[in-house]
Amino acid sequence: MEVLKIATAGSVDDGKSTLIGRLLYDTRSLTSDKLEAIEKSSRKKGLDYLDFSLATDGLVAEREQGITIDVAHIYFSTPKKSYIIADTPGHVEYTRNMVTGASTSQASIILIDARKGVIEQTHRHFFINNLLRLKEVVVAVNKMDLVNYSEKVFNDIKEDFQNLISESNFKNQKITFIPVSALWGENIANRSSNMNWYADATILEHLEAINSEDFLQQTQTRFSVQTVIRPKTEAHRDFRGYAGKITGGSLKVGDAITVLPSLTTSKIKEIFFFDEQYEEALAGSSVNITLEDDINITRGDVIVRCNELPQASKYLKATLCWMDVKSLVPGAKYLLQHNTNRLLAKVEKVESHKVIKGESAQTENQLQLNQIGKVSLKLSKQLFSDSYEHNPENGRFILIDTATNTTAGVGFIE
Amino acid sequence: MNGILKQNPLESEAIYIFREVFTQFENPVLLFSGGKDSITLVRLAEKAFYPSKIPFPLLHIDTGHNFPETIEFRDKLVKEMGLQLIVRNVQDDIDQGKSIEEKGKYSSRNSLQTNTLLEAIEEFKFDACIGGARRDEEKARAKERIFSVRNDFGEWDEKNQRPEVFDMLNGRIEIGQNVRVFPISNWTELDVWNYIEKEKIEIPSIYFTHEREIFERDGMIWTASEHVYKDDHEAVKTKNVRFRTVGDVTCTAAVESHATTIQQIIKEITNATISERGARIDDKRSEAAMETRKQQGYF
Repeated sequence: MEVLKIATAGSVDDGKSTLIGRLLYDTRSLTSDKLEAIEKSSRKKGLDYLDFSLATDGLVAEREQGITIDVAHIYFSTPKKSYIIADTPGHVEYTRNMVTGASTSQASIILIDARKGVIEQTHRHFFINNLLRLKEVVVAVNKMDLVNYSEKVFNDIKEDFQNLISESNFKNQKITFIPVSALWGENIANRSSNMNWYADATILEHLEAINSEDFLQQTQTRFSVQTVIRPKTEAHRDFRGYAGKITGGSLKVGDAITVLPSLTTSKIKEIFFFDEQYEEALAGSSVNITLEDDINITRGDVIVRCNELPQASKYLKATLCWMDVKSLVPGAKYLLQHNTNRLLAKVEKVESHKVIKGESAQTENQLQLNQIGKVSLKLSKQLFSDSYEHNPENGRFILIDTATNTTAGVGFIE
Repeated sequence: MNGILKQNPLESEAIYIFREVFTQFENPVLLFSGGKDSITLVRLAEKAFYPSKIPFPLLHIDTGHNFPETIEFRDKLVKEMGLQLIVRNVQDDIDQGKSIEEKGKYSSRNSLQTNTLLEAIEEFKFDACIGGARRDEEKARAKERIFSVRNDFGEWDEKNQRPEVFDMLNGRIEIGQNVRVFPISNWTELDVWNYIEKEKIEIPSIYFTHEREIFERDGMIWTASEHVYKDDHEAVKTKNVRFRTVGDVTCTAAVESHATTIQQIIKEITNATISERGARIDDKRSEAAMETRKQQGYF
């Protein structure tokens, strides 16, 4: 079964909830009791249209204030695919939520109000997409009904957006522009008769055509060990399996491998998924493997192909998105979690800030909540990592505050 | 030997989460209700650690008002798989005066489970409780993390949740806190049913059509049972029904159905116009019923 995870970001006014509500409605994913609840609350608010934000804003505080605060996950499906939307707020003070939502997604929808064109928020959403390296971006130019379905307005916005693309450092993106009216369901799942000048796919048609196999990492093989499985039962007395998820490339029986950090080498003997044996397993699979030789392997170790070693260093340069109310300052120590491995990291320096249009002033040499910047870290042990660009799953980490245990930041290794 | 493993991304994700729980916590437990979601969890846990046995016990918070079919099924599953089962009873807390029985037309022991659950967590010092809640079930659940931290009163601080980026799970907590873990967060009701069909997982008989004595109230089908309050004018009829979700007798409504196989159930759900939790009387109490219960430490 195919699953496509999509990130959306936006504020109440740009029609994000309406767009999501439309997708649910037009794919018949809204059941009558949920629709009734939406109708009831829309009437209570005195609206003459359906306010779909009720389907997305799940907390009392969100409904009270009419804003999205935290990431909500919304599900719908077509006969072809299951979709998961990570819906996040769009304002600068929720940058960390946007990063969180985008981090689990493969594609994203950026909404633009046709009356307003490219605004500050558009910059931020696109910047986050690039930071996370989301390959599939849909730019939905919404509220076309309010600009007389004008092709010129649509083309002008498209041209404006090209300037953002030219500034971007991530060139492998596929960006698709679609003119829509979410309120009237035009070019969402059904074609609009008011925009005959647009002949390409509707949003749903476009999403359906995305091949999620393309997101499988065409990268070097990385397998980080979660746990060692030793049943010690009658039937499996000598079994010693290494359980984990393949985070890049593939594993094949007979592959010559190196275990990190010990640098011991061996060959893959068996690949199990539950009680079945396989010749090969691909990125994303949670498997259990055995090796030809008896070597000492524990949680946090990484298995790679012999000729594909990642970089090893006690120093790290990374782009960091800060998520904690306590600012990041040089000298502070954090627990760094890189896949299943944890070690200590000390902040050496905040090298630079990434200022997104419209953001307030930065304080030198520190990162505040929701700010993004380049930092250098010194590590307690050697870390085997890749750059986020080349191997996303082996090129990212989180920083954990050891006093509060909270996840304080997320880093993208250079 | 098979060729290339064709993975199910939702299954891979759930197995990954199970292995993270096992390694990041000292004393995890699987919350088992006898419903299809927790039965699915058992299968996923089995796969995650095979050929080892599931390395943690099951905990059932028994309201005393369960469907007998569920309890029979629970005991059979535990015996066949050689699992460890812990049962804690809401009745005991009522007897000891720690919980107070609700009265009246809509009385249910559903929310009393929270107290019994929190007591059990304290008694066994569980630091991770694995549950079968899914984000598609209900709007407050849509906001849940996969690792959801609770304080020592079991409370959910929904406005101040720990960020959860990529698949990196941070299970660090202070002593006394616990984490609720939801491995099938990203599954929908249909995903669960499709999985049950594909894996040929056994489920309690009440999920299939059967004759039952029922009465109708507020457009829902209630089970006629000694545990369910019924007004005199509410007439008892016999109908062919099944359950779409299985809580206890007092809070789970039935649906009319003739489905005798999983395939027929899937067909019914695909065409259904009412959501799964639309048959949960406990969610109908108010718009924020689930959020309120979750804040207090509910499953």
